[in-house]
Amino acid sequence: MRRRFSSLVSRDTQADRVVPPTGFTARLTVFASGAMAFLAVFALALSLATGRLADQWSDALAQSATIRVSAPDGQVDQQVLTVMEVLQTTPGIKDARVLTDSEQRDLLEPWFGPDLPIETLPVPRLIEVIEEGEGYDPEGLRQRLAGEAPGAILDDHARWREPLVRAADRLRGLGVVSILLITLTMAAMITLAANAALAANAQVIHVLRLVGARDRYIAGAFVRRFTLRAFSGAAFGVIAGVLAILFLPSADVGGGFLTGLGFRGWHWILPLAIPPLAGLVAFLATRHAANTTLRELT
Amino acid sequence: MGSKTRKIKPLQSRDCNNCNAGAKLSPRNTGHTVIEFEEVSYGYSGTGPLLSDINLKLAPGSFHFLTGPSGAGKTTLIKLCYGALVPTQGRVTLFDQDVRQMTRDDVAHTRRKIGVVHQDVQFLDHLPVHENVALPLTVSGKTTEVSDLSDLMEWVGLTGQMEALPPALSGGERQRAALARAVIMSPDVILADEPTGNVDWDMSQRLLKLLIELNRMGKTVLIATHDMNLIRAAKAQVQARVLRISDHRVQLAGADL
Ligand SMILES: Nc1ncnc2c1ncn2[C@@H]1O[C@H](COP(=O)(O)OP(=O)(O)OP(=O)(O)O)[C@@H](O)[C@H]1O
Ligand SMILES: [Mg+2]
Repeated sequence: MRRRFSSLVSRDTQADRVVPPTGFTARLTVFASGAMAFLAVFALALSLATGRLADQWSDALAQSATIRVSAPDGQVDQQVLTVMEVLQTTPGIKDARVLTDSEQRDLLEPWFGPDLPIETLPVPRLIEVIEEGEGYDPEGLRQRLAGEAPGAILDDHARWREPLVRAADRLRGLGVVSILLITLTMAAMITLAANAALAANAQVIHVLRLVGARDRYIAGAFVRRFTLRAFSGAAFGVIAGVLAILFLPSADVGGGFLTGLGFRGWHWILPLAIPPLAGLVAFLATRHAANTTLRELT
Repeated sequence: MGSKTRKIKPLQSRDCNNCNAGAKLSPRNTGHTVIEFEEVSYGYSGTGPLLSDINLKLAPGSFHFLTGPSGAGKTTLIKLCYGALVPTQGRVTLFDQDVRQMTRDDVAHTRRKIGVVHQDVQFLDHLPVHENVALPLTVSGKTTEVSDLSDLMEWVGLTGQMEALPPALSGGERQRAALARAVIMSPDVILADEPTGNVDWDMSQRLLKLLIELNRMGKTVLIATHDMNLIRAAKAQVQARVLRISDHRVQLAGADL
C-alpha cells in the first residue's frame, strides 16, 4: 500500500530503494510536518479573521461621520449652506451631502412610524461626510463649525474604533509573520533531517557514485522521500486543524472576535495550499542539503 | 569452467558496441587510447608526491597488470583512472576527455564505461546480491533482463547467493559479486584492484579466467596485484604487459617476471 502510494508520486520506486528505509526518523518528519501544518491553519485563520475585522471597521469609519444642524426656524437652511461651504474648503473631505427628506424619514421611521410630518417638525438636518485619504482633522473642523455655524455638531462617534483597526491590522500582520516563521522552521527542520539522513547514508552515497549514479539521481532518492513525508504529514495536520476550527463554538452566540475565528466562503480553500507548500519547502530544503553534501564527494 | 564460458554471451549482446568487439584482434577505437596519463603526478595533501611524471597509455583491448610494493600507490593510480582523483600535475584523459574539465555528471557517465572492482569492495548492505550486481543498470535508468542477470550470476558462480544480503557473503564471493557488478554495464574498461586479495589459489585462477574472457571480448583490462604467481599464470594465457610502480614512477617490467 505504501509502495503503491509512493509510486503514484514518483516514477522511480527503484531509485528510492537504493537508500535504506528509516522508520523512526521518517515518522518524526511526518509528525513535525503535521504539527507545523496544524499551527499554520490557525495562523492563517487568525490572519484572515483579523483582516476581515480590520476591513469592516475601517469601512464603518469611512462612512460614519455626520453633521447635525439644528437651529431656530429660518436659520437652518442658511446654516446648512455655511456648513457645506466649510466642508468644501476642509482638506481630507471627499464629499458631503445633505440627506433628503425621504432619507431622513427612513432613518426616523423605526422610532416614529411612517406618517411622520417631517417638514413641520424641528428635526435637525443631517449632512453625511465622506472622508478621503488620511481623513480630516476633527478638532479643527469642530472649531470652524462652532465659529461659522453654531447650530452644527460634528458626530464622528466611530472614531474610537481607529486604534482597534490598527490593532487588527497589526494582528493580521502577525498572522502573516507566523505563517512565514512556520515555513522557515519547516525548512530548517527538513534541512536538519535531510542532513542527518545524508550523513547516515554516506556509505550508500559513496557506492552509488562509484557505480555511476549522477548527483541528481542520488539527491532525487532523498528529495522524493522528504517531499512525500512533509506533504503527507502536512495533509494530516491540515485536516486536524480545519476540523478543530469547524468545531469552534458557533459565531452567532455573542458575536465578537473569538467566534469570528474561522474561514468564510472561498477562504476554506486556502488551507488546501498548505500540504503542497510543505512539500515544496521540503523539496527545496532537501535538494539544497543533498547538493551541498554531494558536491563535497568525489 | 567450460560451461560458464558460454554464459557470457548475454553480456555481449546487451550493448551493440560489443557486437563486433568479440573479435579481439580488431578492437574498436583502434588508434585511440581509452585511458592516457601525460606527465601525471599525484600526492595526497600534506605529503610529498606519491606518483610523479607518469606517462601511460592503455590501448583498447589491452591487458595490463599493475604491481609494486604495498603503499606504492596502485590503488591511487586506479583512482586516477576513473576520475575519483584528479592529478596534482599533468593530465589524465579518459575516453578523450580531460579529467580536469569533466563535470560531476561527466564523471558519472564515464564510470558507466569503466567497471571497477575495488580493493575494499562495498555494497549496499540492505539490498540482496542480485540487486547490488544490477545497481549500475538501476542508477543509469536501465532495466535488467532477469535471464541476463541470472546468466551473469552463474558466470561468477553466485547463483545460490542471489537473494543473500552482502554481509552474508564470504570474501571470495564478495570479489566475484564485485566483478559481476563491474561488468554488468558491459563497460569498455575493467579496472580490478587486488581482485584476488581474499581468495585461495583456485578461486584466484577462476577470477583470472573471467577477466581474461572479458579481455577476449575486447575489453581493456587493468589488474592491480602483488601476486606474482597470478601474473605468471596470466601471461601463459594472454598477452599481458606488467607495469611496476617503484620510486614514484611507473615502469614497464621486463621478462624477468
Ligand atoms: N586518502 C588518503 N589520504 C592520505 N594518504 C593516503 C590516502 N590514501 C592512500 N594514502 C597513502 O598513499 C599511499 C599509497 O596508497 P595506495 O592505497 O595507493 O597504495 P597501494 O599500492 O594500493 O597499496 P596496497 O598494495 O597495500 O593496496 C599509502 O602510503 C597510503 O597511506
Ligand atoms: Mg591498494
